Amino acid sequence: MDDLWYSEYHTKSVRFSIQIRQQLHFEKSNYQTISVFDSVEFGRFLTLDGVMMLTEHDEFIYHEMIVHPAMAVNPEIKSVLVIGAGDGGVAREIAKYSQIENVDLIEIDERVIEVCKEYLPKTACGFEDPRVHVRIQDGLKFVRRIENTYDLIIVDSTDPFGPGEVLFTKEFYGHCFHALKENGILINQHESPFYPEDARAASSAHRCISQVFPVSEVFQAHIPTYPSGHWLFGFASKKLHPTANLQDEHWNQLGIETRYYNTQLHRGAFCLPNYVKEILNHA
Amino acid sequence: MMDQNRVPILEGLEKIRRNRLVPFDVPGHKRGKGNPELTQFLGEACLSVDVNSMKPLDNLCHPVSVIKEAEALAAEAFGAANAFFMVGGTTSAVQSMILSTVKRGDKIILPRNVHQSVIHALVLCGAVPVYINPQTDKRLGIALGMSMTDVKNTIAAHPEAKAILVNNPTYYGICSDLRSIVEVAHAAGLLVLADEAHGTHFYFGKDMPISAMKAGADMAAVSMHKSGGSLTQSSLLLCGSNVNENYVRKMINLTQTTSGSYLLLSSLDISRRNLALRGVEIFEKVKRFSEYAREEINAIGDYYAYSKELINGDSVYDFDTTKLSVNTLKLGLAGIEVYDLLRDEYEIQIEFGDLGNILAYISVGDKNKNIERLISALSEIRRLYKRENIKLWESEYISPVVAMSPQDAFYADKVSLPLEQCAGRICAEFVMCYPPGIPILAPGECVTKELIGYIQYAKEKGCTLTGPESMDVTSLNVLKGE
Repeated sequence: MDDLWYSEYHTKSVRFSIQIRQQLHFEKSNYQTISVFDSVEFGRFLTLDGVMMLTEHDEFIYHEMIVHPAMAVNPEIKSVLVIGAGDGGVAREIAKYSQIENVDLIEIDERVIEVCKEYLPKTACGFEDPRVHVRIQDGLKFVRRIENTYDLIIVDSTDPFGPGEVLFTKEFYGHCFHALKENGILINQHESPFYPEDARAASSAHRCISQVFPVSEVFQAHIPTYPSGHWLFGFASKKLHPTANLQDEHWNQLGIETRYYNTQLHRGAFCLPNYVKEILNHA
Repeated sequence: MMDQNRVPILEGLEKIRRNRLVPFDVPGHKRGKGNPELTQFLGEACLSVDVNSMKPLDNLCHPVSVIKEAEALAAEAFGAANAFFMVGGTTSAVQSMILSTVKRGDKIILPRNVHQSVIHALVLCGAVPVYINPQTDKRLGIALGMSMTDVKNTIAAHPEAKAILVNNPTYYGICSDLRSIVEVAHAAGLLVLADEAHGTHFYFGKDMPISAMKAGADMAAVSMHKSGGSLTQSSLLLCGSNVNENYVRKMINLTQTTSGSYLLLSSLDISRRNLALRGVEIFEKVKRFSEYAREEINAIGDYYAYSKELINGDSVYDFDTTKLSVNTLKLGLAGIEVYDLLRDEYEIQIEFGDLGNILAYISVGDKNKNIERLISALSEIRRLYKRENIKLWESEYISPVVAMSPQDAFYADKVSLPLEQCAGRICAEFVMCYPPGIPILAPGECVTKELIGYIQYAKEKGCTLTGPESMDVTSLNVLKGE
């Protein structure tokens, strides 16, 4: 086998490399470059603008952690808005709940969805659920017109440098607040606390969300292929607290199959290292 | 037809860079080598073309080769007989235009909402202004263009006037009937000067308001660095065929630097090529951005992003749809409050806010996502900050009473008096109000009780007053004696 390696710069002086068998796909869409590779260790993986979005072997961590914590806090969630998430992984996890009535999935780049359907069926299967409605649109623009409609909004964005930038702004979080019902929860991809540039993005996102939502907490997960492996998510809501209002028993009775998430880990995920607390406190 | 693909100044700079000419001339940083920190900040490519006039690169004061060619290309692209590259901003273009046209004691007809550079030029040359008060839109609180009746009456009342100056367009995008003004003014023997600081795109875009050169105006000051995309401080002065170009150059050289920056000059050259080759599509894109933003902003409610519906055949003869001007009064917020909220709360910097309006500058450099951010932030501001039943502000223009030329008053013996004691005296300095940016008083004008009241009102509303030596405008310099 040829000695082919995919490398991604996690900082200017830190590189993360994965040996690959071949590049399965490359294209320039209207918004970004889209590639799919086949790797030795992580299975297939998707990159956007040269940044790894998901690999077949560790995507379960990310997708479980961006969906299940909110579902375990509010069992009444029926209507969900998902922004980004063109790979279908979030939809796949949400579809595990029978009480869900409607999932609106807003993705700006139709090509991401098409490419994932072709090369990443393990996540793209989420699009097959009839409750999932895909709209190709700018997320900020879509949510601007919505009022008191959703129980849960999940922001599965790329990094805040590129098309995902608008999904890290105060105006976007303000619209989300407005689009949520009384018990509404906003979950967002919250960047990493470790490398300074990522930490600045995490800090700024937390500041903006805290200015908009009365409850604004952060939780963490370990994702091997993301920069530093230490990743954050945001949990913001109008009322519900992520641990005080956790419905452990109810959730455990549902019998949802997960490989990473469980309700004990849920409580633990909100216990943050001191340096992370500091970053968030100084947001 | 010349070849608009050519960029003579850029070609000259590339040639000297390729030839590795050894510099024993200024600037002393010697292609950046002598100032590593500056080179690191601005980049080696930038410093390596920060060079002085030399034979292969021509001389801005007396162009005979590459600058001359570049200016000829610009003249053709803009439909002018002559074009001058300016490196002191459009301020220098406006001032050179006026210095070339009127001299001590001559009269020049101006709308009152001129840029301060116009009146500053009158201080330099000693000409006397005759003002036409712009019509105003009371609901929006903005100055409009000049009405033809006012233009005709003023020319009839001052047959000795040498020139008339027209804003094409105003900051807000409003155009007077320039073609008719040119016709009437030329018939009366006046030259027509256009301040086109906000109108570069009129020369290249499709379905734009008429440009000064096309309307037959004699001179135009064009801010290439605004919608034209060149570097800040670079500008163009255009002349029609009735104007003696050599005299204009002499007047430019009175105040222009002899070390014209090649960064600025090459930016003019490159931007001219870009506009000549791709101007139509560029400004179609800008128009689409603005039209889209206008629709979305008007759909939010309370905001009024205005456009061609303001056209009334006279004081609003045409409207520049690339401009995104938005009235905020129905929101119960002053434009300047929305301007501050956008920056402080949403990290969006717009061009300006006055008492009733904001202006967001839209250009080819914009991206869809940023337009969406602006619209979304305005929508959030309405949701979070809207106030009911606030007293609306109405713009008032107080006709200036010109007692002597700005120059005579500026240089006269003066005395500083508390503001409230200045009524009846002749002002010796400028008082400008930002917003809305129109001079309240210029040197040589009578201070009236009404004006003192206006200044106090503007101060109370949080406007920034500039011009007077007394920074907080508690006192004014007025002429001694009387």
